[in-house]
Amino acid sequence: MNEKKNFGQIVIDYAKSNPIVILLVIVSIFVGLTTKNFFSWGNFNNLVSNTAVRFIIALGVSGCLITKGTDLSAGRQVGLSACIAGILCQRGDYSGKIFPNVPEMSIWVVLLIVIAIGAIIGIINGLIISRLKVPPFITTLGTQTIVYGLALVVTNAQPVGGFQSAYTSFVAGKFGSANGFQIPYLLIIALLFGLFFWVLYNQMRHGKYMYAIGGNEIAAEVSGVNTKKTITLIYMTAGIMYAVAGWLVAAKSGGASSAMGQGYELEAIAGCTIGGISTTGGIGTVSGVLVGVLVFELLKIVLQFLGVNPYYNFIVQGIVIVVAVALDIRKNIKKK
Amino acid sequence: MSEFVLEMKDVYKAFPGVVALNHVKLQLKPGTVHALMGENGAGKSTLMKCMFGIYSMDEGEIFIDGQKVEIHNPMDALTKGIAMVHQELQPIPARTIGENIYLGRYPLKSYGPFKVVDHEKLYSDAAAVLKEVRMDFDPKMKLGELSISQMQSVEIAKAVSANCRVLILDEPTSSLTQNEVETLFTIVNDLKAKGVAIVYISHKMDEILRISDEVTIMRDGQYIGTWEAKGLTTDFIITKMVGRELTNLYPPRSNVPGEVEFEVDDFTSINPKSFRHCSFNVRKGEILGVAGLVGAQRTELMEGIFGIRSKTSGTVRLRGQELKITQPKDAIDHGVAMLTEDRRGSGILGVLSVADNISIASLNKYLEHGFLLNNKKIEELVQENIQQMNTKTPSSKTPIQSLSGGNQQKVLIGRWLANDPDVLILDEPTRGIDVGAKYEIYTIIADLAKQGKSIIMISSEMAELIGMSDRVMVMCDGRITGFIDGKDATQENIMELATQFES
Repeated sequence: MNEKKNFGQIVIDYAKSNPIVILLVIVSIFVGLTTKNFFSWGNFNNLVSNTAVRFIIALGVSGCLITKGTDLSAGRQVGLSACIAGILCQRGDYSGKIFPNVPEMSIWVVLLIVIAIGAIIGIINGLIISRLKVPPFITTLGTQTIVYGLALVVTNAQPVGGFQSAYTSFVAGKFGSANGFQIPYLLIIALLFGLFFWVLYNQMRHGKYMYAIGGNEIAAEVSGVNTKKTITLIYMTAGIMYAVAGWLVAAKSGGASSAMGQGYELEAIAGCTIGGISTTGGIGTVSGVLVGVLVFELLKIVLQFLGVNPYYNFIVQGIVIVVAVALDIRKNIKKK
Repeated sequence: MSEFVLEMKDVYKAFPGVVALNHVKLQLKPGTVHALMGENGAGKSTLMKCMFGIYSMDEGEIFIDGQKVEIHNPMDALTKGIAMVHQELQPIPARTIGENIYLGRYPLKSYGPFKVVDHEKLYSDAAAVLKEVRMDFDPKMKLGELSISQMQSVEIAKAVSANCRVLILDEPTSSLTQNEVETLFTIVNDLKAKGVAIVYISHKMDEILRISDEVTIMRDGQYIGTWEAKGLTTDFIITKMVGRELTNLYPPRSNVPGEVEFEVDDFTSINPKSFRHCSFNVRKGEILGVAGLVGAQRTELMEGIFGIRSKTSGTVRLRGQELKITQPKDAIDHGVAMLTEDRRGSGILGVLSVADNISIASLNKYLEHGFLLNNKKIEELVQENIQQMNTKTPSSKTPIQSLSGGNQQKVLIGRWLANDPDVLILDEPTRGIDVGAKYEIYTIIADLAKQGKSIIMISSEMAELIGMSDRVMVMCDGRITGFIDGKDATQENIMELATQFES
């Protein structure tokens, strides 16, 4: 148990247990060597920005999955947050303003507003699941539809544009020069959230309680875990993460619409499962989530660089999800 | 023809890191009950799973009537006349008794090219086999409406319906009352008279000595020997099983019960058939045994006190102070802890590590600055706890589900030690645990009482109650029917109180 493994052995062990990741790294190197611009700061920026937002959403879903739940409302919550953030961050002098009477607001105040809304939706999800005992799949299927309805109502199904420049430039901002070395703010934001979740999952009671509930909810309750409160907090935290992601996504795309965020929940769940979060509960790490999401985004870019017809992308992505999870489950079967 | 209906020779089976069966043999004569004994982890269940085709053997041969056979899966075993009633029943409660019996081999009838299930035949056949095991149930009843023991009879009916020649009963009486055990024994004798060879796995010595014809003992995956049951003594069997002399079944106790610590007054369940008007108390440093037949509502009462079940009336006082308990957390916050009966269902956090399982109930003590956990201190606690409990685990990071039952139980008791409660309720603390580990758990319980903790111990093993309790509280049908001083307790006077049904 206490043997020190050398670095080579660690790499080999990792490769054996994560074949998909290794495969993708190899393919990336191949693509990088055979195509132009793959290894460029521009592409790095692109990959990192896409991954950052999805990582934040996946962090939110991860708690739901670890406790044997799920959150199908994730994508639509991102969409609602994007719409509300977009509306409130419109320029004061923009002619297409949806609420012309609302004065121009600080983008940070807007961030707090969407976080509050996300927290409320999350609490509602959590209360329905923990108190009324409605299965998470059904609960969040319901709230998904409701939240989409809300997004349609607030935007009147119209696209939202004309953002304050402070808003868009912050989210697109980066350290470094435009053509050379650059670190997007999004990367730093995502890493800060990752760090927060790592502390939450490993150094705090809440995290330990979350894993315990995923391992055996009844046993956790009998051991003195307030399961109802913990589950509600998990869905609330998730709602906050979707809200933050929505706030970022709207600015990143320079516009928002009620259709935004559709399907994000599935990508997030896929990322989590590829990253080793067990759908039978109790298992999952923040680093796993990061790897899972990164693999998924890298895959998309690789396919793009390889010139694969975009219509085929979904087919390949679907296959990767199933194969990755099947391989992961096989590992556990062998142990029995 | 061989004298044995079934013979397993030289069976070898290894799992990663462990040799589960090391060249084991087993010879079954028709029309006999063959007890298979050994501590938990000795390899009994593994051997049976090899016979039944759930595991494949690494080496070894199986002969039926002297003919070598290959058994690849349970369906294979069934068609060759081997049936198994599992330690933990795996029925489908939402389907009918008949469907459960014929699961996987429904009788069919044809409508031209289409085959459909012949329900008429299914239910008439099911009724016939149920009669054979002396159960007069409507086979169209949902299985979930039956009690555990009745479900077990259904499992046996299933085996009978397959015309089995070898029947494996894996701990069949662990959840049965005395009456139900008698019924089971009648069925076993019926089957024996028909020439069926029965493999009987149990930890209960009196049963083994009563019902079996031959006894095979295993230890640590090794075959120790086979003896005629007649003339064997409990001591002999235990010595062979443990591989050393066990002089005392129960440790000496030096606890001195003090002042009344914990009082329960007029507890009545929300369910009229469950516990009612129950009042009792426990002293500081006292071990209160709780006896009763299955259905006496002992577990229900304790879970009611602990906040798992709802009550209509009742108060709980700790050192005179009334406690308001609506959920387990409230009880635990006030220093009342409970080890539940169902280790897998409400005890272990299966995929989580031994460390997480030990520390989960006492994380509050390791909070720093109000929100961060001191993981280093937690690991110290865990290591100390593993040593103190003598828990055998490769490391503190090992998932608890890969430990043996006895070690899992030690981790769960360790969880409450770490939490350091004043009152500890133990519900069947030694169920399904081998003799050696049992002694260790008794020692820990005696030690806790000596430290001044109030212990409430529910047990269905009379000997354990008599051997460990300062006082025995007896329940029958939801009521407390009496208390007996530990020194005066006998099987007889406990049974008398346990069967005081209201007329």
